[in-house]
Amino acid sequence: MKKIVVLAKQVPDTANITGDAMKPDGTVNRSALPAIYNPEDLNALEMGLTIRDELGGEVFVITMGPAKAVEILKHSLYMGADRVFLITDRKFAAADTLATSYVLAEAIKKIGNVDLVLAGRQAIDGDTAQVGPQVAEKIDYNQVTYVSALKEISDDHLIVERDGEVQTEVIKVGFPVLLTVTAEANTPRFPNCRRMLHYFRADLAENFSDDKKELAKENNWIIPTLSMEDLELVEDRCGLKGSPTKVHKIKSITLKGGDLKMYGTETTDIKQLVRDIMKDYVEVN
Amino acid sequence: MKAVVFIEKNPVNNQLRRVSLELIHKAYTLVHPLGGEVTGIFTGDSLPENSDELFKYGLNRLLYYTDERLIHLHSIAYKHILEAMIRAEEPEIVLFGATHTGRDVAPLIASSLKTGMTADCTQLFIDEFKDKGKILYQVRPAFGGNILATIITPDHRPMMATVREGVMLLPDEKLDNPVRTEVFPVDFNDLWIKSEFLEIVPKIKKVDFNSANIIVSGGAGVGSKENFRLIRELARALGGEVGASRAAVDFGYIEKDHQIGQTGSVVRPRLYIACGISGQIQHRAGMEEARKIIAINKDPEAPIFNIAHMGVVGDLNEIIPIMLRYLSEED
Ligand SMILES: Cc1cc2nc3c(=O)[nH]c(=O)nc-3n(C[C@H](O)[C@H](O)[C@H](O)COP(=O)(O)OP(=O)(O)OC[C@H]3O[C@@H](n4cnc5c(N)ncnc54)[C@H](O)[C@@H]3O)c2cc1C
Ligand SMILES: Nc1ncnc2c1ncn2[C@@H]1O[C@H](COP(=O)(O)O)[C@@H](O)[C@H]1O
Repeated sequence: MKKIVVLAKQVPDTANITGDAMKPDGTVNRSALPAIYNPEDLNALEMGLTIRDELGGEVFVITMGPAKAVEILKHSLYMGADRVFLITDRKFAAADTLATSYVLAEAIKKIGNVDLVLAGRQAIDGDTAQVGPQVAEKIDYNQVTYVSALKEISDDHLIVERDGEVQTEVIKVGFPVLLTVTAEANTPRFPNCRRMLHYFRADLAENFSDDKKELAKENNWIIPTLSMEDLELVEDRCGLKGSPTKVHKIKSITLKGGDLKMYGTETTDIKQLVRDIMKDYVEVN
Repeated sequence: MKAVVFIEKNPVNNQLRRVSLELIHKAYTLVHPLGGEVTGIFTGDSLPENSDELFKYGLNRLLYYTDERLIHLHSIAYKHILEAMIRAEEPEIVLFGATHTGRDVAPLIASSLKTGMTADCTQLFIDEFKDKGKILYQVRPAFGGNILATIITPDHRPMMATVREGVMLLPDEKLDNPVRTEVFPVDFNDLWIKSEFLEIVPKIKKVDFNSANIIVSGGAGVGSKENFRLIRELARALGGEVGASRAAVDFGYIEKDHQIGQTGSVVRPRLYIACGISGQIQHRAGMEEARKIIAINKDPEAPIFNIAHMGVVGDLNEIIPIMLRYLSEED
C-alpha cells in the first residue's frame, strides 16, 4: 500500500501556436492559447498509477492554479487517480518556483505520510524544472530527477533509470522519495470511458446548486479545494510576495527580416549557391 | 561583487565539462570589471584531470571536496557540500550549468537558501536597479521560446542562474591566473547517501557540434529515413556534422543526439544549412546564432527564411542531389 502524490500543472499549449494565437505584429496572444495538461505531468501520473496498480494504495493529484485547472484534475480522475485537490487562492498569484514549491510542499505535508511524490521533469510554459527538486528539499525527501524508465516496483524500493545526460544511471531508491519524470518514461494511458462517464460532472462545490450538492457528494463529484488558510501558510511566502525572482521586462520575439539572397532551382542556380557557400565559408574562416 | 560557479566534470572521461569553462569566463566578465573575484566549487570523486584550465578563463580560486562515493550524483550530499561552500563564500552571484546535474542540485540549494533562481538564461549582465545598486539581469526565453523575459532577484542573495552549454562564448585569448585550489572541509554525514547506483551505462556520443564549422540539418520535410541519407551525404561532402529538428527525430529519421533547439543542442557553427525545416521558434533557439544560415524549403512562407541569409524555394530531394553532384565534380 502506497500513498502517492502527483504534482500536475495546467499550462498554455506553447507547442501549437498557430492562427489565432499569433497577433498581426508576429507576437503571441497568450489568451488565445488552449490550456493543456503539462505533458510530462501525464507521464508522472502514469507512473503513479502503474505503481499503485501493482502495490495498492492511493494516487492523489494536486495542482496549484486557478479554478480553470479543475480541467486537468478531472482528466486525472478519468485516467484513474483516486483523489484530487485544487490548491487555489488569490494570494498564490504570480508565484515563482520557490513560492510554488512552498505551497505544494505544505500540501504534501498536510496529506501526510506520503511515500512517493511524482512530478513532471518540467512544465512547458517556463521549462524551469525547478519545482520538483524544490519540493523535495522542503519535505526533506530523497530525489531522483530525469527518471526515464521504471524498472522494478516493490514494497520497499523502486529501481529507476535516470537520464544522466552523458550516461544512463540505474538507481535503487527506498521510500519516501520524489521522482521527476521525463516523456521517455512511459506512454500515458487513455482516459477510462466508465470513469469519464462518471466524473465528467465533477466540479468545484460552488458550481453545484444546493439541491444538487447531496447527489454530487454521494458520487464524489465535488473537487475539494485548499486555500492559504486551509494549509495554514505564511502569507509572505506565497505568490508574488514569496517570490524572490521578479519579471523585470517581457519582450515578445518577432521575426527579424535578414538580408536574404534567393536562388532559383535550375542546375546553374544551385551551382552558384554551392559556390557562394564555399566562398563564404572560406571567407568567414 | 563575488561570483561562485559550479564546476562539473564529465564522469565518463574525467574532463571538465565545457559549460564550466563557459561559465567561468562569463562570471569573470561580469565581476572582474567591478573588482570582483570568481570562485569555483567542485565536489565529486576526484578533481577533473584538466581543472587547471579553469584558471585560464578567469577563475581565481577553486574550492573542492572529494570522496569516492561522490562519483555518483547523490543529490542530498551534493546539496549539503555545495551549499556549505556557497554560504562560506557569501557571493552575490551563483552560476550553475543547466546540465542534468546542475538542474538536479541547484534548485535544492536555491530552495534551502530561500533565494531566487532563473533557469536556462541566454544573457546575463550587471546593471543598476533602483536603490539596490548593481544587480544581475537574467534574460531567458519563456513560454515555449515565444517571449524573452528579463528576470531579476532584487532583494535576495545570492542571485542564482543556470545556463545551458553552448550559450555563452569562450574567449579567444586566455589569461594566466595562478592556479589556487583549496580543499574545503566537510563533515560528511553517511545519511546523505540515500540512493544505490546499480549500474552506469555511458552514452556513446556520436555527435560533435562544438567543433563543427558546418552543420547540415534535416527536418520533417526530408520525408523519410531513406531520404535523410541526402542530409548525411551533404554534411559529409562539406565536412560538417548532421543536425535535425525535433520533428525529424520524432519521426525516427535520425537519433535524438542530433536534435538542435530548445530541447536539443545549442549550436553556433559558421554555416548552418536547414533542409526541410520550417524554422519554428524552438528550433531557432538552438541555431539562430550561426553566422550564415542557408534554407532549403518548398514553402516560400516558411519562417526559416526570415532568419536565413541564403535560400532556395524548392524540393530538397531535387536540390541536394545537384549540390552533391557539383561538390564531387569540384574535387
Ligand atoms: C517545449 C518544446 C520544445 C521543443 N524543442 C524543439 C527543439 O529542441 N528542436 C526542434 O527542432 N523543435 C523543437 N520543438 C518542436 C518545434 O515546435 C517544431 O514542431 C519543430 O521544430 C518542427 O520541425 P520541422 O521544421 O522539421 O517540421 P515542420 O514544421 O513540419 O516543417 C517541415 C518543413 O519542411 C518543408 N518541406 C516539406 N517537404 C519538403 C521538401 N520535399 N523539400 C523542401 N522542404 C520541404 C515544409 O515546407 C515545412 O516548412 C519543440 C516544441 C516544444 C513545444
Ligand atoms: N502550480 C503547480 N501545481 C502543481 N505542480 C506543479 C506546479 N508547478 C510546477 N509543478 C510541478 O513541477 C514540475 C516542474 O515544473 P517547472 O519547475 O515549472 O518546470 C511540473 O512538471 C509539475 O509536476
